[in-house]
Amino acid sequence: MRVTVRLFARLRDIAGSGDLSRDAPAGATVGDIWRGLVAEFPEMARYESSISSAVNADYAKMAAALADGDEVAFLPPVSGG
Amino acid sequence: MNPIAVTPAELQLDPLIRLVSNGGGHGAVATFIGVVRDNNLNRRVTHLEYEAYEPMAERALAQICGEANQEWPGTRLAVHHRIGRLGIGEASIVIAAASAHRAAAFAACRYVIERVKQIVPIWKHEFFEGGEVWIEGATANPEDEAARLEAVRRACA
Repeated sequence: MRVTVRLFARLRDIAGSGDLSRDAPAGATVGDIWRGLVAEFPEMARYESSISSAVNADYAKMAAALADGDEVAFLPPVSGG
Repeated sequence: MNPIAVTPAELQLDPLIRLVSNGGGHGAVATFIGVVRDNNLNRRVTHLEYEAYEPMAERALAQICGEANQEWPGTRLAVHHRIGRLGIGEASIVIAAASAHRAAAFAACRYVIERVKQIVPIWKHEFFEGGEVWIEGATANPEDEAARLEAVRRACA
């Protein structure tokens, strides 16, 4: 299956893009996508304990399973207001 | 006008006040304007750039208004957050809260800004004399009940 990956703020800077597309095996989780990103962009590793994640613009846990076409987002600590 | 928005357009408080003041049951309207400051942590700030995961940010703002309504029933809320480049003195967020009495209006208004800083996927990119930095505040977790209760506590302080 194929998923869209959205990255924001510093994570977007590290990846050089806020909008990626990644292949994943059936049954892949949000955490699997994250670990793939960290392997690709080691600088992201320091966000391991501080990011939040979302699937299709709703908060989701790292263990959440993905479906083909899902949009997975990784959110560094927020700073709105 | 939508009571909730994430927008690159300049923010205006008056339309939000009119929106929450529709009807006659309220005796108080509390408002908040967040403004870009010219300094932060001894840095001379030149401007900010706000980035949002827009659909999710609007959902999170709606969730926060729902939470505030649970805490202070009957409160009417509107909140707009700006994104894009903002100069010093420009408004980054405007909030209006109407309620029958002032205590609930003040509390709900304060609650919204406290929760925005906890769970809304918006990020501040600070540009200052000599560099730039992404501001990283709270790890967003809407299920963190301790964080939510801390926002309630601050709102009622």
